[in-house]
Amino acid sequence: MSYVTKSPWIIHYDGSSCNGCDIEVLACLTPMYDVERFGIINTGNPKHADIFLVTGSVNEQSIKVVKQIYDQMPEPKVVVAVGICASSGGIFKECYNVLGGIDMVVPVDVYVPGCAARPEAIIDGVVKGLGVLAEKRAAMDKKPAAAAKAEAKEGA
Amino acid sequence: MNLTTSIIGIVAYLILAPIAGGLLAGIDRKISARMQGRCGPPILQPFYDFFKLLEKEPITVNKVQDFYVNCFLIFIIITGCIFFAGGDLLLFIFTLTLASIFLVVAAFSSNSPYAQVGAERELLQMMAYEPMILLTAIGFYMVNFSFKVSDTVTSDVMGIIYLPGIFIGFVFILTIKLRKSPFDLSMSHHAHQELVKGLTTEFSGRTLAVIELAHWYENIFLLGIVYLFIAHSAVWSPIAAVIVCLAVYFLEILIDNNYARMKWQFAINSSWVVALTVGFVNMLVLYFI
Repeated sequence: MSYVTKSPWIIHYDGSSCNGCDIEVLACLTPMYDVERFGIINTGNPKHADIFLVTGSVNEQSIKVVKQIYDQMPEPKVVVAVGICASSGGIFKECYNVLGGIDMVVPVDVYVPGCAARPEAIIDGVVKGLGVLAEKRAAMDKKPAAAAKAEAKEGA
Repeated sequence: MNLTTSIIGIVAYLILAPIAGGLLAGIDRKISARMQGRCGPPILQPFYDFFKLLEKEPITVNKVQDFYVNCFLIFIIITGCIFFAGGDLLLFIFTLTLASIFLVVAAFSSNSPYAQVGAERELLQMMAYEPMILLTAIGFYMVNFSFKVSDTVTSDVMGIIYLPGIFIGFVFILTIKLRKSPFDLSMSHHAHQELVKGLTTEFSGRTLAVIELAHWYENIFLLGIVYLFIAHSAVWSPIAAVIVCLAVYFLEILIDNNYARMKWQFAINSSWVVALTVGFVNMLVLYFI
Protein backbone atom coordinates (compact mmCIF):
# COMPACT_ATOMS: atom_id res chain seq x y z
CA MET A 1 0.00 0.00 0.00
CA SER A 2 1.25 3.47 -0.82
CA TYR A 3 1.86 5.93 1.99
CA VAL A 4 1.15 8.81 -0.39
CA THR A 5 -2.57 8.49 0.31
CA LYS A 6 -2.03 8.62 4.08
CA SER A 7 -0.17 11.91 4.25
CA PRO A 8 -1.22 14.28 1.48
CA TRP A 9 0.33 17.70 2.00
CA ILE A 10 -1.43 20.55 0.27
CA ILE A 11 -0.39 23.79 -1.31
CA HIS A 12 -3.16 26.25 -1.92
CA TYR A 13 -2.97 28.98 -4.55
CA ASP A 14 -5.47 31.65 -5.48
CA GLY A 15 -5.44 32.08 -9.28
CA SER A 16 -7.82 35.04 -9.45
CA SER A 17 -10.52 33.97 -7.06
CA CYS A 18 -13.00 36.26 -5.32
CA ASN A 19 -11.71 34.72 -2.01
CA GLY A 20 -14.97 32.86 -1.48
CA CYS A 21 -13.40 29.47 -2.20
CA ASP A 22 -10.20 30.43 -0.34
CA ILE A 23 -12.16 31.01 2.82
CA GLU A 24 -13.86 27.64 2.36
CA VAL A 25 -10.44 25.97 1.86
CA LEU A 26 -9.24 27.50 5.13
CA ALA A 27 -12.50 26.46 6.79
CA CYS A 28 -11.43 22.84 6.13
CA LEU A 29 -8.54 23.36 8.59
CA THR A 30 -10.76 24.58 11.41
CA PRO A 31 -11.85 22.34 14.31
CA MET A 32 -15.24 21.95 12.61
CA TYR A 33 -13.85 19.98 9.62
CA ASP A 34 -10.22 19.32 10.74
CA VAL A 35 -8.62 17.80 7.63
CA GLU A 36 -5.51 16.91 9.68
CA ARG A 37 -7.56 13.82 10.63
CA PHE A 38 -6.50 12.46 7.23
CA GLY A 39 -2.90 13.62 7.67
CA ILE A 40 -3.56 16.63 5.42
CA ILE A 41 -1.26 19.58 6.12
CA ASN A 42 -1.42 22.99 4.47
CA THR A 43 2.28 23.44 3.63
CA GLY A 44 2.59 26.62 1.61
CA ASN A 45 5.74 25.15 0.06
CA PRO A 46 5.43 23.52 -3.39
CA LYS A 47 8.48 21.35 -2.75
CA HIS A 48 6.77 19.66 0.19
CA ALA A 49 3.33 19.41 -1.38
CA ASP A 50 1.51 16.46 -2.95
CA ILE A 51 -1.77 18.14 -3.82
CA PHE A 52 -2.14 21.48 -5.56
CA LEU A 53 -5.42 23.19 -4.63
CA VAL A 54 -6.20 26.04 -7.01
CA THR A 55 -9.09 28.41 -6.53
CA GLY A 56 -10.27 30.92 -9.09
CA SER A 57 -9.73 31.11 -12.83
CA VAL A 58 -6.34 31.62 -14.38
CA ASN A 59 -5.51 35.04 -15.82
CA GLU A 60 -2.58 36.51 -17.72
CA GLN A 61 -0.84 37.47 -14.47
CA SER A 62 -1.16 34.13 -12.70
CA ILE A 63 -0.22 31.73 -15.54
CA LYS A 64 3.46 31.83 -14.68
CA VAL A 65 2.86 31.34 -10.95
CA VAL A 66 0.52 28.38 -11.46
CA LYS A 67 2.99 26.76 -13.87
CA GLN A 68 5.94 27.38 -11.57
CA ILE A 69 4.24 25.96 -8.50
CA TYR A 70 3.20 22.90 -10.51
CA ASP A 71 6.73 22.38 -11.85
CA GLN A 72 8.31 22.71 -8.41
CA MET A 73 6.16 19.97 -6.91
CA PRO A 74 7.87 16.57 -6.84
CA GLU A 75 6.06 13.57 -8.39
CA PRO A 76 3.56 12.09 -7.66
CA LYS A 77 1.34 15.17 -7.62
CA VAL A 78 -2.33 15.92 -8.13
CA VAL A 79 -4.09 19.13 -9.10
CA VAL A 80 -7.52 19.84 -7.62
CA ALA A 81 -9.50 22.72 -9.13
CA VAL A 82 -11.70 24.14 -6.36
CA GLY A 83 -14.86 26.00 -7.35
CA ILE A 84 -16.52 26.66 -10.67
CA CYS A 85 -14.02 29.43 -11.65
CA ALA A 86 -11.08 27.08 -11.30
CA SER A 87 -12.99 24.38 -13.18
CA SER A 88 -14.14 26.38 -16.20
CA GLY A 89 -13.64 30.09 -15.63
CA GLY A 90 -17.12 30.53 -14.15
CA ILE A 91 -18.66 33.97 -14.42
CA PHE A 92 -15.25 35.43 -15.31
CA LYS A 93 -14.90 33.24 -18.41
CA GLU A 94 -15.70 36.05 -20.86
CA CYS A 95 -13.32 38.56 -19.24
CA TYR A 96 -10.57 39.89 -21.55
CA ASN A 97 -7.78 38.86 -19.15
CA VAL A 98 -9.11 35.44 -18.15
CA LEU A 99 -8.01 32.31 -19.96
CA GLY A 100 -10.57 30.04 -18.34
CA GLY A 101 -10.19 27.12 -15.95
CA ILE A 102 -6.90 25.92 -14.45
CA ASP A 103 -6.82 23.10 -17.00
CA MET A 104 -5.81 25.67 -19.62
CA VAL A 105 -2.38 25.81 -17.93
CA VAL A 106 -1.74 22.61 -15.96
CA PRO A 107 -3.42 19.19 -16.15
CA VAL A 108 -6.24 18.99 -13.60
CA ASP A 109 -7.13 15.66 -11.97
CA VAL A 110 -10.18 16.54 -9.87
CA TYR A 111 -12.81 19.23 -10.42
CA VAL A 112 -14.74 20.43 -7.37
CA PRO A 113 -17.86 22.36 -8.43
CA GLY A 114 -19.60 25.05 -6.39
CA CYS A 115 -19.70 28.79 -5.92
CA ALA A 116 -18.26 28.84 -3.42
CA ALA A 117 -17.35 25.16 -3.07
CA ARG A 118 -18.47 23.87 0.32
CA PRO A 119 -15.80 22.53 2.73
CA GLU A 120 -17.43 19.09 2.51
CA ALA A 121 -17.10 19.19 -1.28
CA ILE A 122 -13.44 20.30 -1.05
CA ILE A 123 -12.58 17.47 1.36
CA ASP A 124 -14.45 15.09 -0.96
CA GLY A 125 -12.40 16.36 -3.91
CA VAL A 126 -9.11 15.95 -2.05
CA VAL A 127 -10.03 12.42 -0.96
CA LYS A 128 -10.89 11.64 -4.59
CA GLY A 129 -7.52 13.10 -5.52
CA LEU A 130 -5.87 10.56 -3.19
CA GLY A 131 -7.00 7.77 -5.52
CA VAL A 132 -5.34 9.54 -8.46
CA LEU A 133 -2.24 10.08 -6.31
CA ALA A 134 -2.00 6.34 -5.59
CA GLU A 135 -2.37 5.54 -9.30
CA LYS A 136 0.39 8.02 -10.20
CA ARG A 137 2.61 6.53 -7.50
CA ALA A 138 2.09 3.04 -8.95
CA ALA A 139 2.88 4.39 -12.43
CA MET A 140 6.14 5.86 -11.07
CA ASP A 141 7.37 2.38 -10.17
CA LYS A 142 6.90 1.25 -13.76
CA LYS A 143 8.34 4.43 -15.23
CA PRO A 144 12.01 4.05 -14.15
CA ALA A 145 12.22 0.80 -16.10
CA ALA A 146 10.70 2.46 -19.17
CA ALA A 147 12.98 5.51 -18.77
CA ALA A 148 16.06 3.27 -18.53
CA LYS A 149 15.02 1.55 -21.76
CA ALA A 150 14.55 4.88 -23.50
CA GLU A 151 18.00 6.04 -22.32
CA ALA A 152 19.59 2.84 -23.61
CA LYS A 153 17.95 3.50 -26.99
CA GLU A 154 19.21 7.09 -27.05
CA GLY A 155 22.71 5.88 -26.23
CA ALA A 156 22.59 3.39 -29.08
CA MET B 1 29.67 1.67 32.81
CA ASN B 2 31.64 -1.04 31.05
CA LEU B 3 31.96 -1.81 27.37
CA THR B 4 29.03 -4.25 27.21
CA THR B 5 26.50 -1.84 28.68
CA SER B 6 27.85 0.90 26.40
CA ILE B 7 27.27 -1.26 23.33
CA ILE B 8 23.79 -2.24 24.56
CA GLY B 9 23.06 1.47 25.07
CA ILE B 10 24.21 2.36 21.55
CA VAL B 11 22.30 -0.48 19.84
CA ALA B 12 19.14 0.26 21.82
CA TYR B 13 19.46 3.94 20.90
CA LEU B 14 19.98 3.23 17.20
CA ILE B 15 16.93 0.96 16.99
CA LEU B 16 14.50 2.38 19.54
CA ALA B 17 15.14 6.14 19.25
CA PRO B 18 13.47 6.63 15.84
CA ILE B 19 10.46 4.56 16.98
CA ALA B 20 10.15 6.44 20.26
CA GLY B 21 10.86 9.79 18.57
CA GLY B 22 8.23 9.19 15.89
CA LEU B 23 5.63 8.09 18.43
CA LEU B 24 6.43 11.14 20.54
CA ALA B 25 5.91 13.37 17.50
CA GLY B 26 2.60 11.61 16.80
CA ILE B 27 1.41 12.03 20.37
CA ASP B 28 2.59 15.64 20.22
CA ARG B 29 0.42 16.31 17.15
CA LYS B 30 -2.55 14.53 18.72
CA ILE B 31 -2.31 16.47 21.99
CA SER B 32 -1.79 19.74 20.10
CA ALA B 33 -4.91 19.02 18.05
CA ARG B 34 -6.94 18.28 21.18
CA MET B 35 -5.71 21.51 22.77
CA GLN B 36 -7.02 23.33 19.69
CA GLY B 37 -10.36 21.51 19.89
CA ARG B 38 -9.63 19.31 16.88
CA CYS B 39 -9.65 15.54 16.46
CA GLY B 40 -6.10 15.36 15.14
CA PRO B 41 -4.21 12.88 12.98
CA PRO B 42 -3.54 9.23 13.91
CA ILE B 43 -0.68 8.65 16.37
CA LEU B 44 1.31 6.94 13.59
CA GLN B 45 0.98 9.97 11.28
CA PRO B 46 4.69 11.01 11.52
CA PHE B 47 5.65 7.54 10.24
CA TYR B 48 3.19 7.84 7.34
CA ASP B 49 4.72 11.24 6.52
CA PHE B 50 8.23 9.80 6.75
CA PHE B 51 7.53 6.86 4.42
CA LYS B 52 5.63 9.09 2.01
CA LEU B 53 8.62 11.41 1.76
CA LEU B 54 10.79 8.40 0.91
CA GLU B 55 8.38 7.52 -1.90
CA LYS B 56 8.47 10.97 -3.47
CA GLU B 57 10.51 11.93 -6.49
CA PRO B 58 14.00 13.02 -5.35
CA ILE B 59 14.60 16.68 -6.23
CA THR B 60 17.71 18.42 -4.97
CA VAL B 61 18.88 21.94 -5.67
CA ASN B 62 22.51 20.84 -5.85
CA LYS B 63 24.52 17.70 -5.18
CA VAL B 64 26.33 18.97 -2.10
CA GLN B 65 23.08 19.61 -0.22
CA ASP B 66 22.35 15.91 0.29
CA PHE B 67 25.87 15.37 1.57
CA TYR B 68 25.44 18.03 4.27
CA VAL B 69 22.02 16.74 5.28
CA ASN B 70 23.33 13.18 5.56
CA CYS B 71 26.23 14.47 7.67
CA PHE B 72 23.64 16.18 9.88
CA LEU B 73 21.90 12.85 10.46
CA ILE B 74 25.17 10.96 11.03
CA PHE B 75 26.48 13.46 13.57
CA ILE B 76 23.13 13.61 15.37
CA ILE B 77 23.29 9.81 15.66
CA ILE B 78 26.91 9.98 16.87
CA THR B 79 25.88 12.59 19.45
CA GLY B 80 23.15 10.30 20.71
CA CYS B 81 25.50 7.31 20.74
CA ILE B 82 28.01 9.23 22.89
CA PHE B 83 25.22 10.05 25.29
CA PHE B 84 23.66 6.59 25.52
CA ALA B 85 27.06 4.87 25.73
CA GLY B 86 27.54 6.82 28.96
CA GLY B 87 30.16 9.07 27.35
CA ASP B 88 31.47 12.55 27.98
CA LEU B 89 28.92 15.38 28.16
CA LEU B 90 31.38 17.92 26.74
CA LEU B 91 32.10 15.75 23.70
CA PHE B 92 28.34 15.31 23.38
CA ILE B 93 27.87 19.09 23.21
CA PHE B 94 30.61 19.57 20.62
CA THR B 95 29.28 16.89 18.25
CA LEU B 96 25.77 18.31 18.70
CA THR B 97 27.03 21.73 17.64
CA LEU B 98 28.82 20.23 14.63
CA ALA B 99 25.62 18.42 13.59
CA SER B 100 23.57 21.62 13.82
CA ILE B 101 26.18 23.47 11.76
CA PHE B 102 25.85 20.86 9.00
CA LEU B 103 22.12 21.59 8.81
CA VAL B 104 22.79 25.33 8.62
CA VAL B 105 25.39 24.83 5.85
CA ALA B 106 22.94 22.60 3.95
CA ALA B 107 20.33 25.36 4.08
CA PHE B 108 22.87 28.00 3.02
CA SER B 109 24.04 25.85 0.09
CA SER B 110 20.64 26.06 -1.61
CA ASN B 111 20.89 29.85 -2.18
CA SER B 112 17.16 30.21 -1.68
CA PRO B 113 16.30 33.43 0.16
CA TYR B 114 13.85 31.63 2.47
CA ALA B 115 16.36 28.92 3.36
CA GLN B 116 19.05 31.58 3.87
CA VAL B 117 16.94 33.56 6.32
CA GLY B 118 16.05 30.26 8.01
CA ALA B 119 19.74 29.33 8.27
CA GLU B 120 20.64 32.73 9.72
CA ARG B 121 17.89 32.37 12.29
CA GLU B 122 19.13 28.87 13.12
CA LEU B 123 22.58 30.35 13.83
CA LEU B 124 20.96 32.94 16.12
CA GLN B 125 19.08 30.17 17.89
CA MET B 126 22.34 28.28 18.38
CA MET B 127 23.84 31.43 19.91
CA ALA B 128 20.84 31.56 22.21
CA TYR B 129 20.95 27.98 23.52
CA GLU B 130 24.67 27.08 23.49
CA PRO B 131 25.64 28.90 26.75
CA MET B 132 22.88 27.16 28.69
CA ILE B 133 23.81 23.71 27.33
CA LEU B 134 27.43 24.30 28.38
CA LEU B 135 26.28 25.45 31.84
CA THR B 136 24.26 22.23 32.11
CA ALA B 137 27.35 20.10 31.50
CA ILE B 138 29.39 22.17 33.98
CA GLY B 139 26.58 21.88 36.52
CA PHE B 140 26.67 18.08 36.31
CA TYR B 141 30.43 18.24 36.73
CA MET B 142 30.13 20.35 39.88
CA VAL B 143 27.74 17.82 41.42
CA ASN B 144 29.46 14.56 40.41
CA PHE B 145 33.03 15.75 39.66
CA SER B 146 32.79 13.99 36.31
CA PHE B 147 31.49 14.89 32.84
CA LYS B 148 30.58 11.25 32.21
CA VAL B 149 26.91 10.40 31.71
CA SER B 150 27.57 6.97 33.26
CA ASP B 151 28.86 8.57 36.47
CA THR B 152 25.80 10.81 36.69
CA VAL B 153 23.28 7.96 36.47
CA THR B 154 25.16 5.89 39.08
CA SER B 155 25.72 8.85 41.41
CA ASP B 156 24.26 8.80 44.93
CA VAL B 157 22.71 12.25 44.67
CA MET B 158 19.81 13.36 42.52
CA GLY B 159 21.06 16.08 40.16
CA ILE B 160 17.96 18.29 40.37
CA ILE B 161 18.39 18.79 44.14
CA TYR B 162 21.64 20.65 43.50
CA LEU B 163 20.77 21.98 40.05
CA PRO B 164 17.22 23.37 40.18
CA GLY B 165 18.25 26.62 38.44
CA ILE B 166 20.13 24.80 35.70
CA PHE B 167 17.12 22.50 35.22
CA ILE B 168 14.82 25.50 34.70
CA GLY B 169 17.34 27.06 32.32
CA PHE B 170 17.66 23.83 30.35
CA VAL B 171 13.90 23.39 30.03
CA PHE B 172 13.76 27.01 28.81
CA ILE B 173 16.21 26.39 25.95
CA LEU B 174 14.62 22.99 25.26
CA THR B 175 11.80 25.02 23.67
CA ILE B 176 14.34 26.26 21.11
CA LYS B 177 15.86 22.83 20.53
CA LEU B 178 12.50 21.09 20.10
CA ARG B 179 11.50 23.82 17.60
CA LYS B 180 8.47 24.91 19.57
CA SER B 181 6.76 28.30 19.71
CA PRO B 182 7.66 31.00 20.80
CA PHE B 183 11.19 30.09 19.59
CA ASP B 184 10.49 28.22 16.34
CA LEU B 185 12.10 31.00 14.32
CA SER B 186 14.09 29.02 11.79
CA MET B 187 11.67 26.21 11.08
CA SER B 188 8.35 25.27 12.57
CA HIS B 189 6.07 22.29 12.54
CA HIS B 190 3.08 24.58 12.29
CA ALA B 191 2.45 28.01 10.77
CA HIS B 192 4.07 27.11 7.50
CA GLN B 193 3.38 30.39 5.80
CA GLU B 194 6.00 32.72 7.26
CA LEU B 195 9.35 32.22 5.49
CA VAL B 196 7.57 29.36 3.65
CA LYS B 197 9.30 26.63 5.66
CA GLY B 198 12.49 28.41 6.72
CA LEU B 199 15.47 26.13 6.95
CA THR B 200 13.83 23.23 5.11
CA THR B 201 12.22 25.20 2.27
CA GLU B 202 14.49 23.73 -0.39
CA PHE B 203 14.52 20.17 0.92
CA SER B 204 12.00 17.70 -0.40
CA GLY B 205 11.38 13.98 -0.56
CA ARG B 206 14.15 11.79 0.81
CA THR B 207 16.23 14.76 2.06
CA LEU B 208 13.33 16.06 4.14
CA ALA B 209 12.75 12.53 5.47
CA VAL B 210 16.38 12.42 6.65
CA ILE B 211 15.92 15.73 8.50
CA GLU B 212 12.75 14.40 10.11
CA LEU B 213 14.54 11.22 11.20
CA ALA B 214 17.43 13.24 12.63
CA HIS B 215 14.91 15.37 14.52
CA TRP B 216 13.45 12.23 16.15
CA TYR B 217 16.91 11.01 17.14
CA GLU B 218 17.69 14.50 18.50
CA ASN B 219 14.50 14.77 20.59
CA ILE B 220 15.28 11.50 22.34
CA PHE B 221 18.72 12.51 23.58
CA LEU B 222 17.49 15.99 24.51
CA LEU B 223 14.91 14.32 26.75
CA GLY B 224 17.81 12.11 27.87
CA ILE B 225 19.44 15.18 29.42
CA VAL B 226 16.22 15.91 31.31
CA TYR B 227 16.42 12.27 32.45
CA LEU B 228 19.93 12.89 33.82
CA PHE B 229 18.60 15.51 36.24
CA ILE B 230 16.49 12.88 38.06
CA ALA B 231 18.31 9.59 37.48
CA HIS B 232 20.71 8.41 40.18
CA SER B 233 21.59 5.17 41.93
CA ALA B 234 18.14 4.64 43.55
CA VAL B 235 16.02 1.85 42.04
CA TRP B 236 12.91 4.02 41.55
CA SER B 237 14.77 6.90 39.92
CA PRO B 238 14.59 5.72 36.24
CA ILE B 239 10.78 5.53 36.45
CA ALA B 240 10.60 8.96 38.07
CA ALA B 241 13.01 10.32 35.45
CA VAL B 242 10.90 9.03 32.54
CA ILE B 243 7.78 10.54 34.13
CA VAL B 244 9.57 13.89 34.47
CA CYS B 245 10.72 13.67 30.81
CA LEU B 246 7.12 13.13 29.66
CA ALA B 247 5.90 15.95 31.93
CA VAL B 248 8.52 18.32 30.48
CA TYR B 249 7.53 17.34 26.95
CA PHE B 250 3.87 17.97 27.79
CA LEU B 251 4.83 21.38 29.18
CA GLU B 252 6.62 22.15 25.91
CA ILE B 253 3.50 21.22 23.92
CA LEU B 254 1.43 23.46 26.19
CA ILE B 255 3.86 26.35 25.68
CA ASP B 256 3.89 25.67 21.93
CA ASN B 257 0.12 25.98 21.72
CA ASN B 258 -0.17 29.03 23.94
CA TYR B 259 2.42 31.41 22.56
CA ALA B 260 2.90 33.11 19.22
CA ARG B 261 6.32 33.23 17.63
CA MET B 262 8.65 35.84 19.16
CA LYS B 263 11.31 37.90 17.42
CA TRP B 264 14.91 36.64 17.42
CA GLN B 265 15.99 39.47 19.75
CA PHE B 266 13.66 38.12 22.42
CA ALA B 267 14.92 34.57 21.86
CA ILE B 268 18.56 35.56 22.42
CA ASN B 269 17.98 38.08 25.21
CA SER B 270 15.63 35.92 27.21
CA SER B 271 17.68 32.72 26.93
CA TRP B 272 20.90 34.52 27.89
CA VAL B 273 19.18 36.27 30.78
CA VAL B 274 17.79 32.94 32.00
CA ALA B 275 21.20 31.26 31.57
CA LEU B 276 22.92 34.08 33.47
CA THR B 277 20.42 34.36 36.30
CA VAL B 278 19.13 30.90 37.21
CA GLY B 279 21.99 28.95 35.61
CA PHE B 280 24.95 31.02 36.75
CA VAL B 281 23.55 31.77 40.21
CA ASN B 282 22.92 28.05 40.67
CA MET B 283 26.59 27.41 39.88
CA LEU B 284 27.78 30.14 42.27
CA VAL B 285 25.72 28.60 45.08
CA LEU B 286 27.18 25.17 44.27
CA TYR B 287 30.67 26.68 44.34
CA PHE B 288 30.26 28.10 47.82
CA ILE B 289 28.49 25.19 49.58
